[in-house]
Amino acid sequence: MLRESWINAVLLAALVAVPLWALAAGEPFVITLATKVAIFALAGVGLNLALGLGGLISFGHAAFFGLGGYVAGILAWHEANAMPVTTLPFTIEGTNEMLAIWPVAMLVAGLAAALIGALSLRTSGVYFIMVTLAFAQMLYYFAISWPAYGGEDGLSFYVRNTFPGANTFDPIQFFAICLVLLAGALALSWAIRRSRFGLALMGARQNAQRVVSLGIRPFGIRLTAFVISGMITGLAGALYADLNRFVSPQMLSWHMSGEIMIFVILGGVGRLYGPIAGAGLFILLEHLLGGVSEYWQALLGLLLLVVVLFARGGLIGVLSKEARDG
Amino acid sequence: MTALLELDGVTAHYGHVQALFGVSLSVAEGEVVALMGRNGMGKTTTIRTVCRMLPHTAGRIAFAGADLARTPSHKAARMGLGLVPEGRRCFPNLTVTENLTAAARPGPWDMDRVTALFPRLAERRGQKAATLSGGEQQMLAIGRALMTNPRLMLLDEATEGLAPVVRQEIWAALRQLKGGALSILLVDKSMKELAAVADRAVILERGADVWTGATGALTPDLTERYLGV
Repeated sequence: MLRESWINAVLLAALVAVPLWALAAGEPFVITLATKVAIFALAGVGLNLALGLGGLISFGHAAFFGLGGYVAGILAWHEANAMPVTTLPFTIEGTNEMLAIWPVAMLVAGLAAALIGALSLRTSGVYFIMVTLAFAQMLYYFAISWPAYGGEDGLSFYVRNTFPGANTFDPIQFFAICLVLLAGALALSWAIRRSRFGLALMGARQNAQRVVSLGIRPFGIRLTAFVISGMITGLAGALYADLNRFVSPQMLSWHMSGEIMIFVILGGVGRLYGPIAGAGLFILLEHLLGGVSEYWQALLGLLLLVVVLFARGGLIGVLSKEARDG
Repeated sequence: MTALLELDGVTAHYGHVQALFGVSLSVAEGEVVALMGRNGMGKTTTIRTVCRMLPHTAGRIAFAGADLARTPSHKAARMGLGLVPEGRRCFPNLTVTENLTAAARPGPWDMDRVTALFPRLAERRGQKAATLSGGEQQMLAIGRALMTNPRLMLLDEATEGLAPVVRQEIWAALRQLKGGALSILLVDKSMKELAAVADRAVILERGADVWTGATGALTPDLTERYLGV
């Protein structure tokens, strides 16, 4: 355990130090890469609650990531065009305030997670994977076929949303915002992992029947975990939209679900800092191997195979030499 | 004494196969009752129907005056049925403390009282349940059931397959529990220890109760007839 906390500290320090170095060296692109790592890690922290603690293999977390992104994009687009989002039953104006966008993004993602979770958690195993995938794909095709917000082309907004007291266009300031949110999500995960709720969730993953005999209904705690998980991933989606100032149905596609899953698996399923290690490694590989070959994802696939076959604790598991699930 | 748990003519099936053919028994408030019988006579099935893990097909199961017919398993547990299942079923990847915390419900039983009953659990509090010895896992399973603050604890073969020394520790703990507010229904095979703990015994044969009485009234003739191999 001590070793793992050392690795966690190093990971966090690297995530802070790299952009600071880039700032000093005048490499804003590296800061953007680090921001991407922080946002992807945040999405992974969300999924890790469902996947790592609850053992809920959701293959549809792109739904929440994309919904968060679309909430940010749509609200910003309406603000930029000075058109209310809706006038019925009452007027809802667009906004470019991150502090207003985040709660809405999390609320929408949370509601979607409650609905998807309530239906998909009636199944388990392969069926659960397929049902979550199906819901995400439904949203994906809906986004493609709905022309109001760009359809397949996606939706651009030219000005990054604002945060009081900060210049969000300054890469390092936007990075800091993402980092603080990531730290908040990590703290929440840490607290959940230790709470009675989190322990029961892990217990239900290990054996649902035993949890029932203690007077706890697995469905309820799993649904709660799924909703919290979706909300965190939705928040990451809103940040990702802001990073690119662009949302497209791509954020909702099953590729995205797979990528979020890869962050968690590469880093180590159920490990608090796993998503940071996973997202960091993913971006690093994308950047380094992407320069070598267009087909860098083939190599990523190979690496994923190696991790799944030989290093089930993921990157953190290998480094801390402690294999465990969750 | 009023009956806390009452079974009246309970039958149950696994698919098409009938396993219980009319079990009637009662456990009073604060009473310790032994459920006895040879292998395959329906002891575990009876426990499973009481805990609502298997629906009964006829008869009546009442707990604290409420009919359990439509009660889901987790609600039955919340009403005060604490199960210690056969085979030491802990959460292997959680530590001792985490196993106990996950089960905790407010009441007289808390971490301190459980670790006072089983000092070994206190020594191992940070250890994963999977790394405990069989006896320690059994203590943890009992401790975990106590943490739910049950009114009736059901123990299914609590000392099966354990070293004699550890069995004695568990029997000693059960003797300590006796005389408190807790009622206990326990399944076990060791006559001598059962006689020291249980007030009454119910013997099952082929899915029905065939003898009920004070443990002191169990004659060698009876044990030979219903329990001997």
